[in-house]
Amino acid sequence: MTRAWLLIAVLAVWAAPLQAQDGVPPAPYANVQLADPAQEAKAHALMLTLRCLKCQSQSIADSDAPMAGDMRSLVRERIAAGEDPEAIRAWLVERYGDYVSYAPRVTPLTWPLYVIPLVLLAAVGLVLRRRLRKGDSA
Amino acid sequence: MIAELGLAALWLAAALAALQLIAGALALTQRGAALAGIVRPVAVAQGVLALVSFLALVVLFWQTDLSVELVAKNSHSAKPLLYKLTGTWGNHEGSMLLWAMVMGLSGSLVALIERRLPEPTMLATLAGQAFVSLGFYAFLLASSNPFTRLNPAAIEGAGLNPLLQDPGLAFHPPTLYIGYVGLSVAFSFAIGALVTREVGPAFARAMRPWVLGSWIFLTIGIVAGSYWAYYELGWGGWWFWDPVENASLMPWLAATALLHSVSVLAARNALRAWTVMLGVVAFSMSMVGTFLVRSGILTSVHAFAVDPQRGSFILGLLVLYIGGALLLFGLRASSVSEGERFAATSREGALVFNNVMLSAILGIVLVGTLYPLLAEALGAKVSVGPPYFNPVSAIFAVPMLLVLAVGPLLRWRRDSLSRIRLQLVLPVLLFVGALVWGASDAMGILPALGLALAAMLAVASFLPLKGRKLRQVKLPLWGMVVAHFGVAVALLGMASDAAFTKERLVALREGEVTEVGPWTVKLQRIEPVAGPNWTALRADLAASYAGGKVSELHPAARSFWSPPTETSEAALKTRWNGQLYAVLGEESQGGRWQLRLWWKPFVPMIWYGGLLIALGGLLALWGRVASDLRRFVARDKIAWRRSRQGR
Repeated sequence: MTRAWLLIAVLAVWAAPLQAQDGVPPAPYANVQLADPAQEAKAHALMLTLRCLKCQSQSIADSDAPMAGDMRSLVRERIAAGEDPEAIRAWLVERYGDYVSYAPRVTPLTWPLYVIPLVLLAAVGLVLRRRLRKGDSA
Repeated sequence: MIAELGLAALWLAAALAALQLIAGALALTQRGAALAGIVRPVAVAQGVLALVSFLALVVLFWQTDLSVELVAKNSHSAKPLLYKLTGTWGNHEGSMLLWAMVMGLSGSLVALIERRLPEPTMLATLAGQAFVSLGFYAFLLASSNPFTRLNPAAIEGAGLNPLLQDPGLAFHPPTLYIGYVGLSVAFSFAIGALVTREVGPAFARAMRPWVLGSWIFLTIGIVAGSYWAYYELGWGGWWFWDPVENASLMPWLAATALLHSVSVLAARNALRAWTVMLGVVAFSMSMVGTFLVRSGILTSVHAFAVDPQRGSFILGLLVLYIGGALLLFGLRASSVSEGERFAATSREGALVFNNVMLSAILGIVLVGTLYPLLAEALGAKVSVGPPYFNPVSAIFAVPMLLVLAVGPLLRWRRDSLSRIRLQLVLPVLLFVGALVWGASDAMGILPALGLALAAMLAVASFLPLKGRKLRQVKLPLWGMVVAHFGVAVALLGMASDAAFTKERLVALREGEVTEVGPWTVKLQRIEPVAGPNWTALRADLAASYAGGKVSELHPAARSFWSPPTETSEAALKTRWNGQLYAVLGEESQGGRWQLRLWWKPFVPMIWYGGLLIALGGLLALWGRVASDLRRFVARDKIAWRRSRQGR
């Protein structure tokens, strides 16, 4: 019985790559680094801040999904062509919406994200001043 | 039969929780004083029944009883025994039952061993604990019954997500839940103290071990979860600012702040209202986390709106408990005085600074986690991730870590920096030196700051021991030193991972060689292997560090057949100075195999540091509990002698 299972298992393993061949091959730079380390570092830094749209909470740099691979390839090709990372981000945002970028832009909808830390900073300053001053005079 | 037993135990536990709440509340009044005697036994029985209910579910999973819907949906007869058992909490209903069970048992434990609280505060605390438990029992019974039968029984189970079939993840949820739910004790203590207005050093000393205990479990749970994500997801990332991770980080931040403020209250009778407030906030964050993870709102706000029953139930509980506690706080806070005063440059001053900064970071994480949900409800999808969280939380974390180097050296009440300036020379030099070196390496601001802070703290954390006889140093002080040193170690790991990681993506034929950092890696073979419920392709890699001894690594790509899922099993080779991380990808054209290789210098320090932080907590807890026990024994002896003399 175990042997039969093992046989099926082994067959299944060898069948898997055959199935994979039916799919579209990954984009050229999905899993290939750029030759120039400086450019690759730039591309990698950008990839870490782009969201894989098919996954839950993963950047395209951390995902096995084919779409993430396509996006990695796109980022690497454009960086290699000398494009600015922020320009690539802007292009992707225009195409896929704000959801694709982990670095939220300041828009009428997102400004509180950047104002709240400032408010917190002010509150922190105020609390510390009040508490610590009051104590001093005691 | 067992399912029915479990359900009956759950109903009984809920009934006892109701009794505990009513009796506890009535016992606080004059007419109900006679009820005081039953509150503790009821609390114990309630916890035991919750445990019985949970164990019944474990048995059902162990037997793979497919006539129970939950088992049929989440288990499979061909699964290894360990994962059958741990599958108990690998689903919504089971994990909520685990939550309720831990909550019930925490209440039992308080009822059994807590002796220091004044009796009225104790009664109010147990009533509060029962009040919260009751909500979660109601949630289980009304909308998440784990014991629902399936008629006819399923022929075979649907299986457990293979990502969860991992020893690391098997014990991650229970650890985290003990931490999460343990904070309910601090919450109930705060409620009890607000009801009776008894907030002082005695209250703080009673509360501290409970906070420490849950904080230790939370710390270990987060460390384990982070390491699990690191090796199981196969991309070498260890923290993603994912909402589920943030859900565990938020209670930890609040508990860390609470841990420090409760020490101030115990030692100096200061920060009274603030400590009570943090007790409320810490468990509130646990509940917010549970809501985020369990309501389905994270997958999509719309998914939540389509099937809102569970989500709205938890949301209702959240509003009831957090709102109620805050209301009580608002009504009573003015009558809880702030307590003793102190100068800015003092131990208390530094701890206030730490508390305020931790609270601000908590605020940032909360806003960043909830904002995308809010935006989605308003019809726009935005993502908030590392480019937001890292720099914004650093604004608060960096000053806090700087003060962390100084605070433990300061005296209570009033001190001056000039008294300790000689001690600070070395840490400051290390900080500046590392920062300059980091800046020259062009590694980015945050990694450079991280390295500099780590260098400074590594030394500064030991300074409180200076001039003391090491044998006479008390355990809690050792605990503080070890935990703060752990912060330095973890920071080193984080910064080093960000600054020095080397990546190599290649497609190799069998027999070909590649390099990553100082490593030479040869792909020897690809071979098929089979496990109990999966088959895999496994790579045999021979890796050598700087031309030294060859070690074997076996990254694999697994295919599970129930449910059909592909996972990649990373292979790790750990040296004292870092980790080699290897992942096998797909076959590409011409018999080449995709490999992802990383050399991550000092990356294990992240988790060693985390464990040191937990160990520090453990030492402190040990020291406190041991000295409490000694005191109780001494007191009992005196009482016993007196009673004998009286005769």
